[in-house]
Amino acid sequence: MGNSDESSLLFDQPGPKGLKRIRIINWVATILFVVVLVLIVLRLHNPPDGENQLSWELWKPALDGEAWSDFYLPGLWATLRAAFLAVIGSVVFGLVFGIGRLLPSRIVQGICAIVIEFCRAVPVLIMMIFFWRAFAFLDLPSPSYWAVVISLVLYNGSVVAELIRSGVGNLPGGQHEAAVALGMTRTQSLMSIEVPQAIYAMLPAAVTQLVVVLKDTALGSIIMYTDLLQESRRLGSMYFNILQTLVVAAVIYFIICWLLSRLAEWLPVRMQQHTLAPTEPEPVAPIAIMDPSNVNQIAVAKEGRPLGGSQRLYHVHHRGTNARIHGWRRTRYVQGYDETQPQSQHVPAEHHMHHRSKGAGGR
Amino acid sequence: MEGFISLFRSYNIPGAFLVNIELTLWAALFSTVLGLILVMMRISPVSSLRKVSAGYVELFKNMPLTIIMVFMVLGAFAQLKLSFSDNFQTNFFWLAATGLSLYTAAFVAESLRSGINTVPKGQAEAARAMGLNFMQSATLIIMPQAIRGSVAPLGNTLIALLKNSTVAAAASVATETSSLMSEMIEFRPDVIIQIFLIFAMGYVILILPIGILTTYLSNKLAVRR
Repeated sequence: MGNSDESSLLFDQPGPKGLKRIRIINWVATILFVVVLVLIVLRLHNPPDGENQLSWELWKPALDGEAWSDFYLPGLWATLRAAFLAVIGSVVFGLVFGIGRLLPSRIVQGICAIVIEFCRAVPVLIMMIFFWRAFAFLDLPSPSYWAVVISLVLYNGSVVAELIRSGVGNLPGGQHEAAVALGMTRTQSLMSIEVPQAIYAMLPAAVTQLVVVLKDTALGSIIMYTDLLQESRRLGSMYFNILQTLVVAAVIYFIICWLLSRLAEWLPVRMQQHTLAPTEPEPVAPIAIMDPSNVNQIAVAKEGRPLGGSQRLYHVHHRGTNARIHGWRRTRYVQGYDETQPQSQHVPAEHHMHHRSKGAGGR
Repeated sequence: MEGFISLFRSYNIPGAFLVNIELTLWAALFSTVLGLILVMMRISPVSSLRKVSAGYVELFKNMPLTIIMVFMVLGAFAQLKLSFSDNFQTNFFWLAATGLSLYTAAFVAESLRSGINTVPKGQAEAARAMGLNFMQSATLIIMPQAIRGSVAPLGNTLIALLKNSTVAAAASVATETSSLMSEMIEFRPDVIIQIFLIFAMGYVILILPIGILTTYLSNKLAVRR
């Protein structure tokens, strides 16, 4: 969704003069970028006192069948294996600690909060080095593999835990109220009404997190885990073509991460059918302490507002607000709510999908 | 307790954190500038600028930082002879700062773009109605509000940047925290838990104030609508 129409907001439909100017700038910019590209290629072709990096002699060992069967594919398998196990582990970790942070008991809440905030603040690499050395001292099998997996589980699990917490916090209050009205306890309502919806709401953000997991497995190469990056470095040091093997590895990483990113963009529309919480993930995974969430402002800005004296739309409910951070998870936006005028109300699930067309229709 | 004191006496732990903070500040500066340029390109009416900006962001968002760092040292420096200084340590420092900046700029651009999403359409429409052209409406109307709206994601990016500065170990920066930690564990494996706690708590202490400041600022600066 959107970069074309959010950009078209900033400028009028250009006239003939404007079009001409845009076309000229367009050409100048294109030529500039091509020149930069050519300069890079020339540098590759003829680096100062170095070999021609474009020569087939350097590229061939980076691309032939042996390179794939002996280096890239085993490395990729190691990367995917670690990422897969880390994802499963972080979902379990996230569920346990995310729900723990929402349970009524103060002690459980406190412990879970401390664990989550600690795991989010410590750099993954620091954890990896610690676990790697510790496992090696304890004589455990394949210490670097388990160090990679456990560090990624701890960090990404704490992010998943926060996603679950904010997913529950972003549900309309009516869900919890209805559950309580049915005679459920707080814990029952949490487990059977709120958390299941929060899981659907967090899935797209969790797929985005999958990209982070996959990218972070490359840190394993620093602690000698034989992942894709490490294997490509080994191959490169054999034939002195490290630049070429790194490019191949980078392309493989990029393709996998890019496909996962596309999946994360496609999921929200699917998931919105199963939940009342907003499913569109934020561009950066929420990692700041006490997450001031922007979803509310974004939602308001995305709404098409009919112009020209038509009735103003008021929001029944908004999910957290940046205007009042204190207790942001519980804030409800009730400005102008008029129960006698239901036609003036926006249904939250609807404006996710139809706000564009509505905005256009109002004009 | 004695273990902690002797560790602090024999290793320059604050110095290592200082290297990471320096890396973070330089990378924050460069990536903010680059990110602002990228987001201006992204919202401009010129299609080639839009495509290049989108391509840059996609490329660096889907690329592991470690491979960028390794590339800076083994590719850009060793093969292409890109070098900042004759002193190895300074050179590696700046190579790492460059890699971090290039990587983080993509996330800064995305944070700012999410901030632009928080600016209501009416603001841009009003700017156009007043006859402002693209550059004027972008710099006077949209970006000031977008930056205030993107404080929270920008703060998250800064926290991620500080944590990512440990990956400079992959770019052979030997004085920063994760390298120093490996070295310390190598020589003092008996106090491995204390060593880990020192570095972990160091990062918790550095990151907590950034998180609190982000929350405070994004509350204080938010445009009330």
